[in-house]
Amino acid sequence: MVDPLLVWIAYFAPLVACLLITFLFLHSKSLSSLTAILGIVTSFVCTLLIASQIFSSHQTYSFQQSITWIHIDALTINFGFLVNPLAIIMMLVVTGGGSAIFLYSKGYMAEDPSMPRFFAFLSLFAFSMIGIVLSNNLIQLFIFWELVGLSSHLLIGFWYEKPSASAAAVKAFMVNRLADFGFLCGILLLWSLSGVSGAARSFQITDLATAVSHMDPHLLTIAALLLFCGVVGKSAQVPLHVWLADAMEGPTPVSALIHAATMVAAGVYLLARTFFIFEPLTEALSVIAYVGGITALMAATLAVVENDIKRILAYSTLSQLGLMVMALGLGGPMPGMYHLTTHAFFKALLFLGAGSVIYGLHHEQNIWKMKGVWKSMPITGWTFLFGTLALCGIFPFSGFWSKDEILALAFEHNTVLYWIATIASALTSFYMGRLFFTAFWGKPETGHGHHAVHESPTVMTLPLVFLAVLSVVGGFIGIPHFLYPHSEPVHLNMTVALISSAAGVLGLVISYLIYGSRPASDPLTAKLGGLYPVLKNKYYFDAIYGWYVDTLQQNFANLLAWFEKVFIIRIGVHGLTDTAQEGGRVFRFLQNGLVQFYAIIFVLGTVFLFLLLVKNL
Amino acid sequence: MITPNLSLILLAPLAGLGLVLMTPSDKTSLIRKIANLTLLVPFLLSAWVFVSYDAALGGYQFIQKIPWVVPFGISYHLGVDGINSLMLLLLGLASFAAVMVSASIKERVKEYYILLLITVIGTYGAFLSLDIFFFYFFHEIAAIPVFLMIAIWGSERREYAAMKLTLYLVAGAAVALIGLIALYLHTGVGSFDLVVIQQRLALHPIPFAVQNWIFPLIVVGFGVTLTLWPFHTWAPVGYTEAPTAISMLHAGVLKKMGAYAIIRFAIQLMPEAAHAWMPIIATLAIVNILFCGLVALTQRDIKYVLAYSSCSHMGYILLGLACFNGIGINGVVFLMFAHGIMAALAFAVTGFVTDQTKTRNLDELGGLAKIMPFVATCFIMAAFASAGVPGFGNFVAEILVLLASWDQYRGLSVLAVLGIVITAIYMLKAIRLGFHGPLNPKLASKITDAHSFETKLPFVLLLTVLIVIGCWPAGILNHIGSSTKPIAERIR
Repeated sequence: MVDPLLVWIAYFAPLVACLLITFLFLHSKSLSSLTAILGIVTSFVCTLLIASQIFSSHQTYSFQQSITWIHIDALTINFGFLVNPLAIIMMLVVTGGGSAIFLYSKGYMAEDPSMPRFFAFLSLFAFSMIGIVLSNNLIQLFIFWELVGLSSHLLIGFWYEKPSASAAAVKAFMVNRLADFGFLCGILLLWSLSGVSGAARSFQITDLATAVSHMDPHLLTIAALLLFCGVVGKSAQVPLHVWLADAMEGPTPVSALIHAATMVAAGVYLLARTFFIFEPLTEALSVIAYVGGITALMAATLAVVENDIKRILAYSTLSQLGLMVMALGLGGPMPGMYHLTTHAFFKALLFLGAGSVIYGLHHEQNIWKMKGVWKSMPITGWTFLFGTLALCGIFPFSGFWSKDEILALAFEHNTVLYWIATIASALTSFYMGRLFFTAFWGKPETGHGHHAVHESPTVMTLPLVFLAVLSVVGGFIGIPHFLYPHSEPVHLNMTVALISSAAGVLGLVISYLIYGSRPASDPLTAKLGGLYPVLKNKYYFDAIYGWYVDTLQQNFANLLAWFEKVFIIRIGVHGLTDTAQEGGRVFRFLQNGLVQFYAIIFVLGTVFLFLLLVKNL
Repeated sequence: MITPNLSLILLAPLAGLGLVLMTPSDKTSLIRKIANLTLLVPFLLSAWVFVSYDAALGGYQFIQKIPWVVPFGISYHLGVDGINSLMLLLLGLASFAAVMVSASIKERVKEYYILLLITVIGTYGAFLSLDIFFFYFFHEIAAIPVFLMIAIWGSERREYAAMKLTLYLVAGAAVALIGLIALYLHTGVGSFDLVVIQQRLALHPIPFAVQNWIFPLIVVGFGVTLTLWPFHTWAPVGYTEAPTAISMLHAGVLKKMGAYAIIRFAIQLMPEAAHAWMPIIATLAIVNILFCGLVALTQRDIKYVLAYSSCSHMGYILLGLACFNGIGINGVVFLMFAHGIMAALAFAVTGFVTDQTKTRNLDELGGLAKIMPFVATCFIMAAFASAGVPGFGNFVAEILVLLASWDQYRGLSVLAVLGIVITAIYMLKAIRLGFHGPLNPKLASKITDAHSFETKLPFVLLLTVLIVIGCWPAGILNHIGSSTKPIAERIR
């Protein structure tokens, strides 16, 4: 039995931390960081207790509690939580990963004067993310979905004085907003469909699960695809992937927590949590699967030509999210969530490692300006290596197990997607090898100011070690069993395992052959030929969107402004007032102030009246 | 228990007005203090009324009625229900904030406060009156000082703006007056008393053919006040040129009188005509949302952005009014309140900024967050509230309106959701150009943040209310619901 109080504490602890920092500790670095860390750790501890309570109950567990938030006539909107193993796994990722990253931030942001603001935002984000995970109805979920978008915007734009950070923050918010346009329409449509069987309309996830079977499949498909729009935005799938790479403008702990482990995974989580909606809809599922597959492959190709360590990892995140979404589209919420969990471990690790390098090299992010980092930062080097191997799906690291389940699923259901995913995996190994060998390999530069490079402080390396351990053993701690206690244990498909291992090793070997000798510049630039500019320009997505926003939309708005100025104001309003004035002018001659004129009028009038009189006689 | 006396809400500021009139005009700081206090009292009284109103009981409460011109059925009749008690609270908050930010006025201080007090007293009177004649009378009392205040304390194009705003509103009010007089004549009880008229019409509705021509007169007439497209063009120039307090009051409260009158006199009294006409208004509402939203995208003047935004958001009020269900009217009243607070906040903050920067052009601003973090935070929060981010009241209101309209106007509702995206575009643009980035070197060097308690108070007050109702909507929804229920039953 789960104690509801524990859930509420886990839910609100980060919000309390955020409020305390905002109102009390906005000028104290140590108190603000301590409060924020305490907040997230409290959530984490509560989640662990809930997890142990669920785990000991040995059954498919689902528990919810709500209070009424809005009640008008037949409309009821609740505020509550729905706890089940899926939610708890996600909670563990959010609060556990969050705890490590909050701690790391204390070191990473130590020199920033705005550190209290950072921790307030970060706590707000943690609260919003927990809200997405626990919400038991779609309106509440949407509220936190938006708040996650807001806190992500605030954190990307944390260094708002930098125009690039400000632009990236705005871009992230807008792309997510656009996606949420579809998402909200989907929620509204689903709500109106939920009343078809004669039951009261509801936003509750559990009510929807029972109502789905009565809904019209065509309308339900539309609703499902609209919900998926929200996923495309949050989880940065093609064609709304453009914000994620730019989001790397935010501080690195933000990239690790929000733009690798949690927020971007929210879309995948949403698909898994509401999978009952998608399950019977084959058309919708295949759309989802292909969007995921295309994202996985496309993002992997973009990572190959990127030189910024964080942006490489961002494209890698896109690619892995694509795999997860593809898994859901192929009917596998379990493999998708499994990969989400292990990915959270090793991708957060890689980002924090990258952050450690950036910190050590005084904010250098270009991998071609790094060399032999391994020597001066051994802990960072080793943990980064483990993260890389996990991401490349090398046996027996955690990524191997979870990725293998997705590939096995694709192998059974869709050959095209299977090969897309396998090629994406090979590319992943290649670009990660490129990153690793370029930045960590070789002899460190001397006399270049690099003698100052040394390992990061313990508050930063401790989270690295913690996440590295999880990345190594993540495949053995029974995550799938916890997620779906009654599903059959998945057997390793040997063909798939061998092919994927071969692809992973092949990518690493090729990258070693090219980059192992640590060339001074990228030899790939010349080899790719005509393809290079296409990749460097990210398939021109940004250019097309930029053209739409700056040219098409702006000119349309200008046209409307012109219409208002000319037709409504000049012709309509001024036309009316001018008519009134002209009317006045016409009759003005009657009052010209000349006594003689008045006299003539008077005489004429009298004559006229006299004539009338004569006529009537 | 002592029950609030509604006449005090009018008499207290009138007494304050008398004191200001008697104070010599060179004692500006004394005048300021009296004026601030004069509007604090009715604000606290309004809050008391709001808290004391018994939502479970419903109906009009704290009624005061004195027959006035008996042959025409005109009476001094005050009373509140859940709707106007909320409007009183809105006015109390916004007018107190507006008088507080008026500390920046340095010229003709006495005249300024006299006119400001008259406007606020008129608005209080309009929201308190349950007599249509007195509503109209107070509504005009509120309108006249606005003309003078824009013309005297406005910025560059103040004369054009004052003329345009006033002519528009007077013309709209005249059209509405024809409708109101026709309504008076056709009810056949010879009374301007809203309660009497309501009782009469519940039993003997006006014939549909008559309703059908009275209804559009009232809706379009008061629709002008509510910036119904295409009668909205007075608002951008008017709000931009007006002094800060008037922008706050007009965009925040005075234009809501239009929506209030439409609910009270048109939809509630002539439900059959509402069914015939409101679908057309719903279409115009979407034009409001999208057209004004897109035009806001082209503006470089920060006050123009806010003003077009305000026009755009009135579309949600109009759309909600066109839904014949309880959720819609609840959403509308909620939005009238939430938008009023948000608009007052946004104009107050902008006024604070532009008083110092001496420019409203977004291209000449930039990087203000660094030197005025407190004010920047307030602006950013107001902008996000406006963009419908959850946690602020506007989100609750907009989601209610969308839920209400979803069945009846599916296509229009989708477009209304799109409007929220457009709001986010121009609001984020304003944030990015005005507050993000490096400090614009052209800006004056002595820009400071809000430091003193008096300057921070109005911002904090408005922001707190906006967040409280956003997180705990039931706090005002119970009041709203108790009084919209009978209306919803009439129009269903």
